[in-house]
Amino acid sequence: MEPRSYPFPEPDDLVVNETYLELQRDEPVARVRLPYGREAWLATRYADAKIVLADPRFSRAPVMDAGYDPPRTMPEVPRISTILSMDPPEHTRLRRILAKAFTARRTEQLRERAQQIVDDLLDEVQAQGPPADLVDALAMPVAITLISEMLGVPALDRAKFREWSDAAVAITAFTVPEIEAAAASLRAYIRDLVEEKRENPADDMLTVLVHAHDNEDRLTEEELVSFGVTLLIAGHETTGSEISNFVYQLLTHPDRLAELHADPSLVPAAVEELLRVTKLSGSPGFPRIATADVELSGVTIRAGEAVFVDGLVVNRDPAVFANPHELDFHRAHNPHFAFGHGVHHCIGAPLARMELQVSISTLLRRFPGLELSGEVVFKKGRLVRGPERLPVRW
Amino acid sequence: MSKWTIELDRGTCIGTGMCTATAPDHFRLEGGTSTPVNETVDEDEAVVDAAESCPMEAILVRSADGTVLAPQV
Ligand code: SF4
Repeated sequence: MEPRSYPFPEPDDLVVNETYLELQRDEPVARVRLPYGREAWLATRYADAKIVLADPRFSRAPVMDAGYDPPRTMPEVPRISTILSMDPPEHTRLRRILAKAFTARRTEQLRERAQQIVDDLLDEVQAQGPPADLVDALAMPVAITLISEMLGVPALDRAKFREWSDAAVAITAFTVPEIEAAAASLRAYIRDLVEEKRENPADDMLTVLVHAHDNEDRLTEEELVSFGVTLLIAGHETTGSEISNFVYQLLTHPDRLAELHADPSLVPAAVEELLRVTKLSGSPGFPRIATADVELSGVTIRAGEAVFVDGLVVNRDPAVFANPHELDFHRAHNPHFAFGHGVHHCIGAPLARMELQVSISTLLRRFPGLELSGEVVFKKGRLVRGPERLPVRW
Repeated sequence: MSKWTIELDRGTCIGTGMCTATAPDHFRLEGGTSTPVNETVDEDEAVVDAAESCPMEAILVRSADGTVLAPQV
């Protein structure tokens, strides 16, 4: 059978393209072709995704091998190695350097600071009066401020990197030279900042990384820079978009919103459920390469073949989630893959959860009459999806 | 070679699959949470790696005399 073109067209809203759901039902392991590189498989069921993401017979590293033509959306083959292109034990070596900074316990200690940032931003919103754009007034600044403070990025530089990062996470929203220039600027910026931390060590993650390189030889200078860039981008594009996405979801699901107003203790469960159903990712994600023949739903994946999994599609698998398309804040068990699964499970997951809980609960408490005040247009052609603007009044 | 023990708090574990992928010989995902294959194991750095990488700090590794080897607080 002819492979399908992948990625599928992006819907205008945060929903999942229907094709995914048809495949999940009828053809759980499907042949796909991306704009560039070799053909691949797309696995859409939870049980298969679990194997692809956590079984050591699937690897990320071959995508960096010279001569391997990875399936991808951009003409250039990525040649800069990041933590996302590594397997254990290399992956473990890097991940362990910062694992401590992101544990659930450590993140809880930042809750007070997050609350203060959210309160200050909402004071401003209140002072300005309606209408407000919550993307600019709340979502992005919360995420950027927290990750910047953790990494040790000076407040003055934040506008600069937001622009680069916006282009660096594009797929089709900018031209290839624009995307590459932005990525190069980000690397140069982090490189300078690393020098600065060398001179003036501080209590932040970049200093921890510099120390691990200079004194313990646990990572190379290139890995250090890549890690810094990855953390900076992943640390705010995703959470910032999700804050806006979740507010949008709640404002367009009035029954669920009323439920949260009636019982704010549901916020953590609501955040999990919104993570499960919101299709954040706008890209095919990172393919895993089989290192041996592996069977998935009766299909044999040959060693060397690439498989794509989309956690947000897997999260709709009726075999695991009853009424998968329903937003339900009372699921007893919600083992979603919104943060991925296996060794690449998002290191910032506890931080993102905390930021989302604080932002949503504070917003609802302070603006009980919040509603949309205009059309919401979603960004397209980027790795992560979110509204361009989120106009609200109260 | 002395033995280490692995304790896993299944109430805290959120089933990320980090440990099962980091130390596949030592952990298994069962019903949404991880469980050690054996509670007593030969010394193996992979177990320490898994405990240090767990975002929930749900894995505790002890040496034969009860000293906590990982996670380091
Ligand atoms: S790494 Fe921790 S949270 Fe994840 S499955 Fe293992 S024990 Fe559970």
